[in-house]
Amino acid sequence: VNVADSSYPDDLLYHSEHDWARVEGEEATFGITWYAQDALGEVVFFDAPDIGAQVTKDEPYTEVESVKAVSDVFAPLSGEIVAVNEALAEKPETINEDPYGEGWLVRVKLSDPSETESLMDAQTYEAGLE
Amino acid sequence: VGPLPETSLRRTALYERHAAAGAKLVPFAGWEMPIQYAGIRQEHLAVRRDVGVFDVSHMGQVESRGPQAPAFLQRVLSNDVRRIPVGGAQYSVLCREDGGVLDDAITYRLAECEFLTVTNAANHDKDLHWMQAQAAEFDVDVVDKAHCFAMLAVQGPRARNLVQPLADGSLPPRMRCAERSVAGAPTTVCGTGYTGEDGVELLLDPADAATVWDALTERGATPTGLGARDTLRLEACLHLYGNDLSEDRGPIEAGLGWCCKEETGFIGSDAVAEARRSGTAEKLVPFVIEGKGIARQGNPVIGGGVVTSGTYSPCLERGIGMAYVSGTRTEPGTEIEIDVRGTTRTATIERRPLYNQGGRERG
Repeated sequence: VNVADSSYPDDLLYHSEHDWARVEGEEATFGITWYAQDALGEVVFFDAPDIGAQVTKDEPYTEVESVKAVSDVFAPLSGEIVAVNEALAEKPETINEDPYGEGWLVRVKLSDPSETESLMDAQTYEAGLE
Repeated sequence: VGPLPETSLRRTALYERHAAAGAKLVPFAGWEMPIQYAGIRQEHLAVRRDVGVFDVSHMGQVESRGPQAPAFLQRVLSNDVRRIPVGGAQYSVLCREDGGVLDDAITYRLAECEFLTVTNAANHDKDLHWMQAQAAEFDVDVVDKAHCFAMLAVQGPRARNLVQPLADGSLPPRMRCAERSVAGAPTTVCGTGYTGEDGVELLLDPADAATVWDALTERGATPTGLGARDTLRLEACLHLYGNDLSEDRGPIEAGLGWCCKEETGFIGSDAVAEARRSGTAEKLVPFVIEGKGIARQGNPVIGGGVVTSGTYSPCLERGIGMAYVSGTRTEPGTEIEIDVRGTTRTATIERRPLYNQGGRERG
């Protein structure tokens, strides 16, 4: 696994449970942050949720497992899952290798776009990691 | 006031080496230990295919020395201590009177009446006090040696070839030990390990640990953390105290009857003999998850039983583990269902070990 140095892209919104959201119109893509994947270690299993399932901000909606532990993944925003990253079934380590790109987890149709106001920008999130 | 609880974690003599190698250091049994360096999977595979080195200096050591040291250990340890030759090693458990397992340990016979027992870090103080309490009726000195040793495990198919040129004499074979100089450091070299691979364990003065570590890593040993140590031992179906063994379980149900010799009259031998005669309600079995999912310690087995160790196997590329299940369904091939955080996962009971050295890797 080749893991680049820590990074927190400016175009994402961040949740305190180390999840990110890339908001595009009425939809958003979710994933876990560099910090989260680094703390987990190599991800060996991503339990993809069902398309159509409802997710609720601040609530766990799926799990990722590394060799050493299982961790809940929290929804940074509420809505309905419209797509899941099927490629992770075969290559879950993509979450480590490219947590903000190919390692995305789900795409969600947002039920309350105003929830984005409570999320952090990259600088605030990164400052909280210190 | 005192004694006060331990507020700071202990560091091994190799702490600086671990930090420099980029290790993730975590609290473990009162120690700050490397759980991984480059990553558990690649460290695991390095040990299976080449050679890895582990700092296991958190392990404890208890010396038993004196004219009645053999008789004393025969009472405290479940195995037949008379069968350990000088320069030999033996696995055994320490039992309570009711057969509950206090710890599992390897004992080295350094001389006719001098033994060194390697304890689990979390149990060391308990073991020491237990042994010292039992020693009262024997002419033996039971001495805490945990501060005297750093301990390195060099494991993998290339382990012996890597260590041999650093040593001033031939390495002891499996389950034997010998005093050697390794990279210039006086070392007790032991043909033991906890990975299912060939290799040696080195007991040495903490002051020499960094020199020997450097010599091993410069020759290509991969620094390997406690994370891979756990996945390796579980593939090999080696017990972990606190997971698969506890005071609430006896050695027979844990599948450790082979290291219990009741005729020696060890503490707990009556209870162990009764369990062997009558059978136990549950038995520890290894399993492989069919399909996706990873069972973890504490997951219930549906219909009765519990997972005591569970992880992802880098060699089998599946969830594996050990579970206590009803003694009536322990046959290899039997399917069991495990409640993995609300999802039912099917697993198959397998023969041990789950991974054979140089053997099968399931596709």
